[in-house]
Order: sequence, then C-alpha cells, then structure tokens
Amino acid sequence: MTSLIHARGLVKRFGDFTAVDGIDVDVRRGEAFGFLGPNGAGKSSTMRMIGCVSPPTGGVLEILGMDPRRDGPAIRAKLGVCPQLDNLDIELTVRENLTTYARFFGISRKEARRRADELLEFVQLAERADSKVEPLSGGMKRRLTIARAMVNQPEMVLLDEPTTGLDPQARHLVWERLFRLKQQGVTLVLTTHYMDEAEQLCDRLVVMDGGRIVAEGSPRSLIEQYSTREVVELRFATEDQAAYADKLAGIGERLEVLPDRILLYVADGDGAADEVNRRSLSPASVLVRRSSLEDVFLHLTGRTLVD
Amino acid sequence: MTAPLYVLEYHLVNYRRTWRSSALSTLVIPLLTLLGFGVGVGAYVRGGVEGVPYIDWIVPGLIASTAMQAAFGEATWPVLSYFEWLKVYFAQAAAPLRVGDILGGHLAFMLFRVVLSAAAFLAMAAAFGTLHSWWAPLTLVVALLVGFAAAAPTMAYAASITSDSYLIILMRFAVLPMSLFSGVFFPVESLPVLLRWVAYVFPLWHGVELSRDAMLGLAPGLLGVVHVAVLLAWCAAGWLLAVSRFRRRLVI
Repeated sequence: MTSLIHARGLVKRFGDFTAVDGIDVDVRRGEAFGFLGPNGAGKSSTMRMIGCVSPPTGGVLEILGMDPRRDGPAIRAKLGVCPQLDNLDIELTVRENLTTYARFFGISRKEARRRADELLEFVQLAERADSKVEPLSGGMKRRLTIARAMVNQPEMVLLDEPTTGLDPQARHLVWERLFRLKQQGVTLVLTTHYMDEAEQLCDRLVVMDGGRIVAEGSPRSLIEQYSTREVVELRFATEDQAAYADKLAGIGERLEVLPDRILLYVADGDGAADEVNRRSLSPASVLVRRSSLEDVFLHLTGRTLVD
Repeated sequence: MTAPLYVLEYHLVNYRRTWRSSALSTLVIPLLTLLGFGVGVGAYVRGGVEGVPYIDWIVPGLIASTAMQAAFGEATWPVLSYFEWLKVYFAQAAAPLRVGDILGGHLAFMLFRVVLSAAAFLAMAAAFGTLHSWWAPLTLVVALLVGFAAAAPTMAYAASITSDSYLIILMRFAVLPMSLFSGVFFPVESLPVLLRWVAYVFPLWHGVELSRDAMLGLAPGLLGVVHVAVLLAWCAAGWLLAVSRFRRRLVI
C-alpha cells in the first residue's frame, strides 16, 4: 500500500537555522500518526511542508503520491488543516465560516450549506450555527476549526497541537471527536507535546528533537523500548534528595534524581517499594505508577526547558 | 480561473456584514467635500479655473482622489490584519488557492469598493449639477485604474510590515502629499517645479487629469496616452511587487 506521506532525508532550513534535519517518515492510510517533541523540535515546520505551504529545502517529500513543489494546490484540495492558532473569521457566523471556506475548494453553495450543517452537528455546534465566532469559547473555536478542516472531505487531516490551551473538558471533547474521525477511516496527522494526547490518539508516532527523529513506534512499544513497565516516585523529607541515591542503588534498571524526588524505573513497582522499606529508608511518600510516554519523552529529549 | 472569484466572494460575504457602517461615510464624505470645497472655496475662486467654474473643475479631481483614498483604506489596515491579527490569508493559503488567487481576489474586492465610492461621489456631484458631458461615466473607469495603481503597491507595503505605525508613516508621507500636490484642488502649474514632480511621478495626478477630461468632455490627446501608460505601469509594478511580498509571507 502506498504512503500518504513519504519523506526521505527531508530538510527545512531558514537561513543558517536548520529546523528539520533530514527526517524519514511514512504515514499509511487510515492511521493516526503523531509528531512529538518539545518546542522548537521541528514539528510545525514539518507540518507546514506536509501542508504544502512551505517548500522543502532538501530531500524527498511526496504527499498523496504527488510532489508538493509542483502539485501544491492539487494536494491541498485533498487535505484538511487545523492550525495551531485558530484563524477563523471572527466577523462571520459559525456557519459562514464553513460555507465560505468550502467555496475555496470549488464546492457549490448548496452543497457547502449541506456539509456545514452536517459538520456542525458532528462537532456539536449546530445550535450556534448563526452566532458570531468571537464570543465562542476556546474549545468551541477549536471544534469549529476542525469542522472547517473537514469541509472538503479530506483524505488526510493535519492537526497542529489540536488541544493546546484548552481546558480538560474541552480537550476530552476534541479527542473524542478526533477518535470518531479516525474510526471513520480518516487519516490523522498531529503534533503535540501532550503525552496523554499521543497515547490516546496515535497508532504510531515519532519523537523529534532538534530537527531529528530520535525514536519511532507505537506508544506502547516506545514505552517498552525506552522505559520500564513501572515507575516508583520517592520523596524524602530532606533538601538533598541526591543523598539517598546511593542507598537506593541496585533497585530497578535506572534511577533519576530530580530536585524534589527520585524516580526508580522498575519492572515491578510494588516489589521495588518493598525493597525500599526493607532498607529502612522511610521516604515521606511512595507512588507506584505505570510508565507513560512522558517518561520516554523526557528520557529522550531531556528535562532542560526549551523556550 | 475561478479561484480568485471564490476569494472575491469571501470578501463580499464579509462586506455584507459590515457595509452599513461604511455606506454612510461613502455618501456623507462626498457631500461634505462638495459643500466645503466646491461651494465654500468655490465662492472665492471668481472666474473659475481653466475656463470652467471651480466646482466643475474640482469634482473630477475629487472623484479620482476618492478612488485613491478608498484604495488606501482597503489596502492598509485590512491587509496588515489579515497577516498579523486575523490570519485570514494563512487560512486561505492552506486551501487549494495560489498566492495570485488570494491577492487577486482581495484586490478585486478593493476595486469593487473603489468604484462604489467613486460612483457615490459621481451621483452626489450630479445632484450638485456638475455633470455636463456624456463622457462623465468614464471617470469610473479612471477610478478603477487609480484604485489598482494605488492599492497594488500599498498591499505590497502592508505585506512587508508587522506594525501599523508604518501605515501611519505611509499616510503622512505618501498619501497626504499626493492628495495635496496632484492637481485636485489647484493646477499643478501653481507648484514649484520640485513639487510638480510629486504629481508627475505618483499615480494620482494622471488619474485626476484623465478624470477631468472625461467629466468636462475634453479630448485627452497624446498626453492622455501618457497618463494611462503611467497608471498601467504603477498597476503592473505594484502587482508584481505585491505577489512577491505575499509569497514571502505565505510560502515560507
């Protein structure tokens, strides 16, 4: 089966700065694919190249089997794009935002109205169809942007940080709608730095850092490969957590000292907690949890803050 | 070929929501200008200008000037905001539109507004009894040319900046001098030679002269060809510049 996105050695440079530094990506029809990474990892630059609004500096890029350098409009006709910052028309009504956008794809006015009503139903905005966009909440605006991205019945939808800045209820509603799209067979490509989002939505993902892909796989396989099954978080009632590091030696596969706690990466969390008690270290708190994509992510991209 | 029309349609849908607020000023400004300059100043200009009453002489210039003002109004803040604040252009660029479609559709809408403003002025001028020639409606074609010649380079300028303080600079140092020194209110021959070149180089004076010929039913002659050529040169250069500035912002 052919890939909807096929990239080999894809590069994007802005002057001296290399935003994307030779990545290989294949996205298959019907899957939900994620680009994970800290700010400045090159996710958005990659998405803009895939969306055919940013010509690659080097390497191979094929979208839907076409060449974005030459077939930009033909490719964009089959894509849906949900940008990081909403660029809805605040002067127009909710429905007009969809109908005017549909016209850019050459969709007839009548068909545009039909699709608008259907999509507003889908993103649960039907009762707001005739209100203006400006007073809508952040979650409603994001859902409207997603509806707008669907107006041309795209083969693939690009979502750049679809739930950044939304409150928990709004995020869950967006996830639920995106999951519905995925079930309908729509190929989703998204960027995120929320690990729970990636675990919820992505069949497969790549972790990017400094313009490169540092890991690739399903959320589960990445956790298996780069972390342990469970993590024990220990807090000691002291200023200096590091003082306990030696005393914990030999428990689990890996140990990480943070300013406020110590993380033990282990296969068996409860067993490790028992061992800590046997050594009479008496931590102020013990938390045993399953390893998450966040552990993988921080392990791969480091804990240094990137602004 | 239909893609720019879809963009024009988008702007018209937007305009349908806001036209009421602009309609009043489209009508009131010509009225005030005609009362102030045509009737008021005209009362002091005894014997008229170049053989016609002052009000008849300035009306065609004011129509061309109105076209230019309308073009500047549409090609400055709206363009800047579509890049910087509302990001409308970026949403359009994600659809199967080309840079030329996005630019051309918006420019077409601007010209629609330009011709609408010029037509309102012409209608008001008719009410003041200043229409004397069957060629008068040709002023609207001139207005279209002036609008294009002013809007295209202004769009290029607005696409090159990120703050509206640069638009205020444009208003003070380009629009205002052009309005004053382009033969709208008095013949450019009254100006010192240096300032006369402001008229010769910028598009407005050429539009004013053509507009006046049409309104007064005079044959523009060979000079008319020069006026049209200068205006077309501004249109062409402005368009090419705008396409390249828009591309720089939208395709990066």
